[in-house]
Parts: sequence; C-alpha cells; structure tokens
Amino acid sequence: MKSPHSIAIAGLTALVMVGSLAACSQAAEDDGKLELRVATFPPGADQAAYDAFAEQEKQFEEEHPDIDVVGVEYEWTAPTFAAQLAGGSLPDVFTVPFTDSKTLLENDQLMDLTDEIEELGYTDKFNPVILNEVTGDDGKLYGFPRQAYANGLHYNRELFEQAGLDPDQPPTTWDEVRAAAKTIAEKTGKAGYATMTTGNTGGWQLSVQADSRGAELQTDNGDGTYTSTIDNEATRETLQYLHDLRWEDNSMGANFDLDWGSINQEFAAGNIGMYTTGSDVYTALVRDFGMSPDQYGLTVIPTEDGGGVLGGGDIAVVAPTVDEETKAAAVTWIDWYYMQKLLNEDAAVADAKALAEADQAVGTPVLPVLDQETYLESQEWIADYINVPLDQMTGFTEGIFEQTPVGEFKGQTQPIYALMDNLVQAVLTDENADIDALLKQIDVDAQALLDE
Amino acid sequence: MTMTREPDAATAPDGPPPATPPRASATGRRRRTPITWVRGGGLSNLVFLAPMLIVFGVFSWGPIVQSVVMSFQKTNLITPPAWVGLDNFARVLADPNLGVAVLNTLYFALLALLFGFPLPILLAVMMSEVRRGKGLYSALAYLPVVIPPVVAVLLWKVFYSGGADGVFNTVLGWVGIPPQPWLQSSATAMPSLVLEATWAGAGGSIIVYLAALIAVPPELYDAAEVDGAGIWRKIWHVTLPQLRGILFIMLILQIIATSQVFLEPFLFTGGGPNNATLTILLLIYRYAFQNSLGGDYGEATALSLMLAIFLGLLSWAYFKLTERWSTN
Repeated sequence: MKSPHSIAIAGLTALVMVGSLAACSQAAEDDGKLELRVATFPPGADQAAYDAFAEQEKQFEEEHPDIDVVGVEYEWTAPTFAAQLAGGSLPDVFTVPFTDSKTLLENDQLMDLTDEIEELGYTDKFNPVILNEVTGDDGKLYGFPRQAYANGLHYNRELFEQAGLDPDQPPTTWDEVRAAAKTIAEKTGKAGYATMTTGNTGGWQLSVQADSRGAELQTDNGDGTYTSTIDNEATRETLQYLHDLRWEDNSMGANFDLDWGSINQEFAAGNIGMYTTGSDVYTALVRDFGMSPDQYGLTVIPTEDGGGVLGGGDIAVVAPTVDEETKAAAVTWIDWYYMQKLLNEDAAVADAKALAEADQAVGTPVLPVLDQETYLESQEWIADYINVPLDQMTGFTEGIFEQTPVGEFKGQTQPIYALMDNLVQAVLTDENADIDALLKQIDVDAQALLDE
Repeated sequence: MTMTREPDAATAPDGPPPATPPRASATGRRRRTPITWVRGGGLSNLVFLAPMLIVFGVFSWGPIVQSVVMSFQKTNLITPPAWVGLDNFARVLADPNLGVAVLNTLYFALLALLFGFPLPILLAVMMSEVRRGKGLYSALAYLPVVIPPVVAVLLWKVFYSGGADGVFNTVLGWVGIPPQPWLQSSATAMPSLVLEATWAGAGGSIIVYLAALIAVPPELYDAAEVDGAGIWRKIWHVTLPQLRGILFIMLILQIIATSQVFLEPFLFTGGGPNNATLTILLLIYRYAFQNSLGGDYGEATALSLMLAIFLGLLSWAYFKLTERWSTN
C-alpha cells in the first residue's frame, strides 16, 4: 500500500525523468556541423530524385564541410505555405512564386539578402524585369530569382494518336483545342481537356486562359491602388468556352476537383488529353508523377485578340526566422545549388551530368532569369546532357518568343485567384450558371479585397 | 495509514477538505489550514495532478487564451502584433461569405440531424434485440470509427468519383440509374458529405446507446409485455423514455459537433463547388491560411471566438430549457 509521501515521491521522480529526457533529445543533435534544411523534392518524389540529390549534397558538403545539408520535401501551395510559416516548420531555404514575393515583402516575411547578392557579384547579370520581382519598395533584394516560365499547352501524344489526331501538329487556336478535346473524349473516353479548379489554381489558370484572349484582369492605378476588371469580354468568353466544353461537348471528364498536384497526376496517368500550366512542369511529370516521356507534348497556348502568355517563376529565399550563421550557409547553398549552374560552365556541366546520370530531366524549357547571352551560353555548355524530348516541344520552343509575355496581376494576387476558383467551379459544375451575374459579383468581391 | 480518507481526497483534487473529515469532527474544528490540507493528502494530490495540469495549461488553455488575445490583434506571427480593437470582428461580420458559411453549416447540421441522429438509435435498439452474435454486430458498427477519418474521406472520395466508372455510380448503373455527380455539383455535394459523416460517426453513438439500453430495467419490458405491448409500443413507451437523458446529451453534442464540421468539406470539396460546402470552420481556416499569405490570424480567431461563445450560449440555453424534461 502506498502512503501519500511515496506517491508524491513517485510523481516527482516521473517529472524529473520527463525533464531529463527532453534535455537528452536536445543534446543529441549537436555534432559540430551547421544543419541547413533546404527545400528540394515535392512530396512523393521517386528514389531517383533522392539519389540525384544525394550526389549533389555530397559534392556540396565536400566543398563546405561545416554545413550539413538536409533535403526536405516541400511543395508551394498557398494554404500549407502560410501554415508552415506560422508553425515555424518551413525549411531554411525554400522557393516561392513571383506572385507571392510582393505580399511576403509587404509582410516582412522574407530575409534581406542585398549584401549577400552584391557580394557574390552578379546583381547586374539578372534579367531586370525578373529582378524587379524580388526588389522591395526600399530597393533591397529579398531573394534569388532562380527560374522563370511561360504557361504552355501540354498534351498527351498517345491520346492524340488513339483519337486519330497528329501529335506533331498540335492545335493552334482555341477552336482547334475544342475540336481536338471533343475527338479525344469521344474516341478514348478520357477527358479531352481539363483545367485546375481548386486551391487558387483555378483562378490562376482562368487568368492564363483569359489573358490569352486579351483580358486585363486588373488596372494598376499607379498610386498603390488597383481596380478589379475581371468582368470583361475575354473572361466571359473563357468561362463560356469552359462551360461549352463541359456541358455541350462533354469533353472534360467527370473530375472537377483538380489542383496543381492532382491535374499533373491525372495527366501523367493518361487521363487528360490537354491542359494549361507552366512550361517547366515536365520535370515534375516525369520525375514525380511517373509519366513516360514518349507521351509528352508541349506547345504554346493559343493567343487571340491581342492576348499574351502569362508567365511566372520562383525565387529562392531564406526563412525570416533563421540566425545569421544559418543565413550565411543558406546563401552559400542557394548560390551553389541554383545559381552557379546558370553562370559557371563547370557547375553547369557537373549539375547536368549528375541529373542525367540519375535519369533526371535536363533541358526542360524555361525562360532565362539571367540575361539572354548568359542563358544561351549555358544551354551550349550542357547540350550533351539534354535528355528531355525537345523535338516533342517544338510547338513551344519555336513559338514562345513570338508571344507577348504578360505578368500576373499584382494586387492581392492569391486571394483573388481564390475568388476566381469559384467562377471556374461554377461553370463546370452547374449547367445553368449565370456567367454575367458571377462576373459582376466577383469584381465587387475582388475590389473589396483590393481596398482593404 | 487511513485508507478511508484516500477516496475522499481523490474526489476533491484541488484541495478543499472532505466535507466531514474524521479528525475535524473529533476536535470540532472545520477550518481549513495549510496543515490540514497537507495532512489531508493535498500535497500528494497536487503532485499527482501536476502533469495533467501542466499539459492542460500549456497545450489547451494557453492556446485558448492566446487566441482570445489574438482576436483583438493584427498579426502574421512574424512581425510584432498590433492592437486593432474590434476591427477583426467588424470585418468578419461584413464578409459576404460569412452568411454563406452559416447557412451551409446549418444545412449540414439539419441534414445530419435528419439522417445521423435517428439512425444510431434505431440500430442500437435493433442490435439490443439480437440474441446471438451481438459482439459481431457491435464490432461491425464500430469499425468505421476505428478507420482514421482522413483515410475514410479519401476512400469515400474514390467511391464518389463522378464518372460512370466510380464505385457508387457503377452500383447505380446496375439498377439503371445514370451516373450522379456526387461531389461535383452544388446540389448533391452537401448531402454526400453528410452521408459519409453519418457513416463515420454512427458507430460511436451506437455504442453509447447500447450501453444505455443495458441499464433499462428488464422488469419494465416484462410489465409492458404483460399489458400486451408489441415491440413498437415497447420501444415507444419504455425504451425511448428511459433513454431520454442520454438522448438530450447526444443531441446537444451532435449540434456542437456539426457546427464545427471541417474535415469533410476540407478534404472532399475544399468548400466547393462554388462555395456550396463552405462551412464556418472552413472559413476560419481560409482566413488563417489561405486568403492571405500573411494570414489573417486575427480575423480567424475572432470568428472562432464568436462561434465558441455562440455554442456556449446555445448549450446553456438548451440545458436550461430541457432541465425539467431530461431528469425524471
């Protein structure tokens, strides 16, 4: 039988033990090296991607023995990003799309990297338009632009063949896209055309497709305020187009709950004939979603009525919460991992070689973040290692420089994309959706966000 | 060692002495002093309770207090928070989506009440009538509760697939019904969520009702049988009145739970299509994590606080109103 005192002693012992266990777990991490957690793979990457990264990690750690690089799974999505930021579980180095860099800057959520970038000596090498994306109102630089892309029309060559279409002659107008989608749906039973609908990506791709028809979704008043103009003829046309593909042609399949990850997964699995997204998605499709390269085709998005092609990109940044020592290591890593392969022949070749040997994509079409000259030079360095089927992407690589590039609208980009998700969902899930009324309402709602 | 005092002490964990401590009655002193508290086992009680108090304080009450504070602030958790008074509440109340979310939540609660509330009672009554294999039925009924909710939702998402080759649509095809859009239409999305939620939640309620049914004195049934009552009259006149107390509790618990529905709309539809399944909790989530990269944590906590206060008042009013009926 236990007396109150022995119970008290047992309780205290238990508390002391819990305390000392907690202390143990902290001490175990200290091995003299600085641990740097860096964003690398999207969730679900295959073993080859890990092998390729392991090789790069080894090379880096040989050059920088005081830094222990830890690759962390990371995929940028608006909701999880904010949750990770709030919860303090972001990697030390991660990437964010251009669209969010402005918001993050305004919220003081990015680390000032001006001195570090100046010291590395290539501030003037960047494409100035792109450098603008990471420059705050105070003129300081908050990240390294590492990659840019234009949106393109991605198509499944195998489904084209099954439907009796020529995969080497992809559609060049929206009407041709519609006709091809209908044929694919009828002949193969798969979705001929699909578009993203959720998690802000519905709004993003609606904006891509409306811009290609000449839309201007927002006016920059030049004094820090913006006027929402989503209710315009090109957006209306786009929504009507999606509505007709869905309800008249029945060529969009039965799944209207798609975001960046799930649409890529469906496309890689051969369930979607065509869709629009960034031109740089090939790597993810093949590496992370297991698509066979033979099936892949890429061409430019049709542009009509003075429309342009929406571009974007991402920047490598440092978490705002790290200490000075980690920050320095983070910059060293960004320079080594992302930038040197664009600037330095040896680094470019080593990177391309490592990726090619691990069966990873080399040569995916992107837009230059550095000046055109440096970019073309770097493409020559790695010419021997390019392993993506560039001849299946000629529709894009030959057409993209003739299209007018358009930037994403600046005011409240992601929140307004979230509102626009509903427009896409409405026309795809409700045959009688009142497009005029929806458009009228969205400008009111978007303006309310812009006026905040 | 005074065995008799230990149970007394255990029922008064935070220190007040037992109502009639043996020693107090012997000396005629009833006053509480630190010495009597220690002698009464107060110290060991406190030490015994300390881990739980710490865990509750740090992980439960700390965040609650912090979120109340945050509802009056503008913060992105990186820069220092700024006090904004009632601004967050005003902005939340002015949001056109709030009305949509409240109506959707009420709609979910209503559907859940219609389908989800009577079903477990019915099943429990039926199962209590079964003579053999009772354990098997209980296990089967409880199985969905054991499946992790996220897994269950993802599984049902496959069932609900909108094409003709979806699991449910295939079954419907056998009896000649055309494929249904399930989650892909504003009209059917919410009922589809309720169906899954009912499936997932019924098992827990069934176990509670089964336990309550065991407590119904068999003599009452015997007496009813003597009076010539059939099975329905027995259920109506004996079972349900005997379950009254537990039914009232389960009802308010369900109302509270359905007001906080989040998992199903979040995982099934993300609030779509076109906001048809946007619920209050999903709206709170959007304030905090989606609508703005900075995160409107202040607005999110303001709405949470309003919901908590509303549910608190509702529960209080409910218990006041039903006080007389729920106790016999």
